[in-house]
Amino acid sequence: MLMTDFIILVLGIAVLFYVLLGGADFGAGIVELLTGKRGIDTISKAIAPVWEANHIWLILAVVILFNGFPLVYTTLTTYLHIPLFIILLGIIFRGTAFTFRYYDTVKDNMYKYYTQLFRISSLLTPFFLGVILGAIMLGKIPSQVDGTFYEIFIAPWLNLFSFTTGIFLTLLFGWLAAIYLLGEARDDESFQTFAKTSRTFFVLLIVSGLSVFLVAEMYELNFFSRFLHSSVAIGCVLVATAIIPFLWAGIRHRNNLLTRFLASVQTACILTGWFAIQFPVMIYLADGTALTIQNSQAPERTMSLLVYALVAGILLIFPAFYYLFKVFKFSQNKQS
Amino acid sequence: MDDFLAARLQMTVSFVFHIVFACIGMTMPWLMFVAELKWIKTGRKVYQDLSKAWARGVAIFFAVGAVSGTVLSFELGLLWPKFMEHAGAIIGMPFSWEGTAFFLEAIALGIFLYGRNRVNKRIHLISGLVVGIAGVVSGIFVIAANAWMNSPSGFDWVNGQAINIDPIKAMFNNAWFQQALHMTIAAFASTSFAVAGVHAFMLLRHKGNEFHRGAIRIALAFGAVAAILQPISGDISAKNVAKLQPAKLAAMESLFKTSKPAALVIGGIPDEEKEEVKYGIHIPHLLSFLAHGDLNAEVEGLDKTSKENWPPVVIVHFAFQIMVFMGMLMMGAGILFLIFNFKWKENLDKRWWLKLLVWLTPVGFIAVEAGWIVTEVGRQPWIIYGIMKTKDAVTPMPGVQYPFYLITLIYLVLTFLVILLMRRQIFAVHMNSQNINAHD
Ligand code: HDD
Ligand code: HEM
Ligand code: HEM
Repeated sequence: MLMTDFIILVLGIAVLFYVLLGGADFGAGIVELLTGKRGIDTISKAIAPVWEANHIWLILAVVILFNGFPLVYTTLTTYLHIPLFIILLGIIFRGTAFTFRYYDTVKDNMYKYYTQLFRISSLLTPFFLGVILGAIMLGKIPSQVDGTFYEIFIAPWLNLFSFTTGIFLTLLFGWLAAIYLLGEARDDESFQTFAKTSRTFFVLLIVSGLSVFLVAEMYELNFFSRFLHSSVAIGCVLVATAIIPFLWAGIRHRNNLLTRFLASVQTACILTGWFAIQFPVMIYLADGTALTIQNSQAPERTMSLLVYALVAGILLIFPAFYYLFKVFKFSQNKQS
Repeated sequence: MDDFLAARLQMTVSFVFHIVFACIGMTMPWLMFVAELKWIKTGRKVYQDLSKAWARGVAIFFAVGAVSGTVLSFELGLLWPKFMEHAGAIIGMPFSWEGTAFFLEAIALGIFLYGRNRVNKRIHLISGLVVGIAGVVSGIFVIAANAWMNSPSGFDWVNGQAINIDPIKAMFNNAWFQQALHMTIAAFASTSFAVAGVHAFMLLRHKGNEFHRGAIRIALAFGAVAAILQPISGDISAKNVAKLQPAKLAAMESLFKTSKPAALVIGGIPDEEKEEVKYGIHIPHLLSFLAHGDLNAEVEGLDKTSKENWPPVVIVHFAFQIMVFMGMLMMGAGILFLIFNFKWKENLDKRWWLKLLVWLTPVGFIAVEAGWIVTEVGRQPWIIYGIMKTKDAVTPMPGVQYPFYLITLIYLVLTFLVILLMRRQIFAVHMNSQNINAHD
């Protein structure tokens, strides 16, 4: 049991870091949609050294899923084949377009196409990631292949609720990126641009968060009551709300390290709150049952070896990651 | 197109694409490391230029390698959910170790590519080494998973369920060592020869250029050693395949009838209907020797396997012949390089030698793709050898041909773009060799 909890904890951390770091890289593309030319240089320089490392959190999450919870992984890949495939397209286009744009030695028409592709895929991928999160909560995923193509492979994710969570996640990524970019801005004008963008995203984010709850009521998911019954979830909301004034102050005083930290804590609160009301379910199924942490985990021997691998991995990865960010992110802050 | 075929083709396209970037990702960090080391040791600026120029190329290859690898980690489930449902718990372990290796690789790469002016020289050099080691280690881990498909172990298969799972036994299965060795050497051989070929092409245009001469020397030092070791490692592989998957070996050699002693067939066109090989050159006793180390040993033919479980003989046979032929070419060139390097050094600048290197540019990668076709197609109809058929593992979703068309189209476009970008990089080095790392 303890082993499983540890693995779930690492899975949660991987998801959190993917949202905080990888998500912000996607968000940067979304921000670029709004700021246009002015943002490109800052954004390119900010992402280039770290996006590949940030991206691995996703791979870690996938590996934990198919090693520790193979049934969860195959259920997702079977019934959510289509949105997952769209995410893959987004990942391909985002990564390659960004790198090609950054490294091309000649600036011609291709540059424009790379830029378009980078921005569109930065928008598409988070949206469909959110759609998948919505589908996991909604409980329309079948437990066996039985029914029409639409019922099995489309309806579980093509619905209002999943789209609402998709929009929420997109806005979250965009907002995070705008906040992080404050620290990368080299001049006053771009700082103001990013500050304005972050405010816009924040307002939209709150509206969209509320609509997730409202739509959930329409689908009778009882989010409100499940929320009120979880002290962890309530705590998360309180902390996230309490942080807001400090965040504004941080932006005003241009304390970039503080704003980054506070925005990350808020995001962590949102995710933890969601984990708290989802736990211990991994996927809600259409027949009323669910794949839970307990009933979908791999045999004990596999789990214990996974624990060793994760512990060793964490001991190696975290110091290295800290060093990477020290070289490229924290030190930059001091210079500016 | 039927869904099963589409799924197999999509897998094939994805791997054929990814493996090129994987080979480059395992090898280039080592070449850059040596260039960097030479720069520190000799103080000659060409070596630093070389390391910087290579680094710019590597960043592009890495990005494409990372995204195509991510695609694979999803495709295993998107296309073969029944396989992953069972295999996940058994061979997930090497993948989880691989995850750690990827992390270190990506972090060290960030420091190596972008940190030249931010960290000190020693840390910069070490980060290059870490990229190289992590790349090779991650390759070895994935191979463990593939080797397990060829030689499943570490579980008991009872009524269509895996029980008594032991991931450690599964990882160190009987095919693991031979495949990991052969693949790692293949990565070095293929990438090094390709790099040498590109620089030889440029050297033909810019006679006596020290930059390209240095590049060729570093690349071929790796390439020659790898190319000479590869047939030895291939022989180890063949002996193991003879033991573990006799039907695959029989298909590789087009041996329809169990024979004692068995002759080696070189070339020829196998005919699955008539169960014979047309036009091949037969060398008596040699196959017995190659497969079992004994000139008179019996070699199991396809007749020992019921026909519905035969792999596609023609494809496997041709792929194997191509791999071995390419291997022989590279070994020959490798031996020549070593001879010239110790004696008759002047030959290394001769036009015929540079032209030969240009011709050999794609040879290693052709061998890699052919080798994988031998391994994967030769395992058919099994996805887990002797345990699960590939057709039973395929996704229940209809319409797989559409993602297949899309992925194929995208990878074709990406291939085109990567080639275009590389061309531009290579020519930019010449137009402006001081300014090649504008982003530092
Ligand atoms: C530079 C590339 C290269 C070269 C020159 C060779 N190979 Fe190879 N071969 C590969 C690259 C490769 C590969 C792509 O890396 C494979 C696919 C799976 C593997 O482990 O290695 C492979 C597989 C492979 C297999 C099947 C292993 C299995 O299914 O488990 C055999 C029997 C050989 N090789 C034998 C040889 C021989 C006798 C060679 C003599 C010259 C040779 N290879 C040259
Ligand atoms: C860990 C490594 C690998 C795993 C887990 C893996 C897995 C698979 C799976 C599940 C299939 C589908 C079943 C089949 O049709 O055989 C497949 C097919 C295939 N894979 Fe691999 N593979 C691995 C490595 C590679 C690599 C590196 C290549 C080389 C490019 C490759 C080339 C192919 C090809 C050509 C097929 C199609 C075989 C056919 O026509 O049926 N594989 N592989
Ligand atoms: C089932 C098969 C495979 C899966 C799921 C897979 C997965 C991945 C993933 C997720 C990445 C991106 C990691 C990063 O960003 O650095 C990657 C890259 C890489 N893969 Fe694969 N891979 C497979 C097959 C192979 C094989 C057969 C090899 C070679 C032996 C290989 C070697 C590499 C290497 C060296 C990289 C580093 C990135 C690069 O060099 O571009 N992979 N792979």
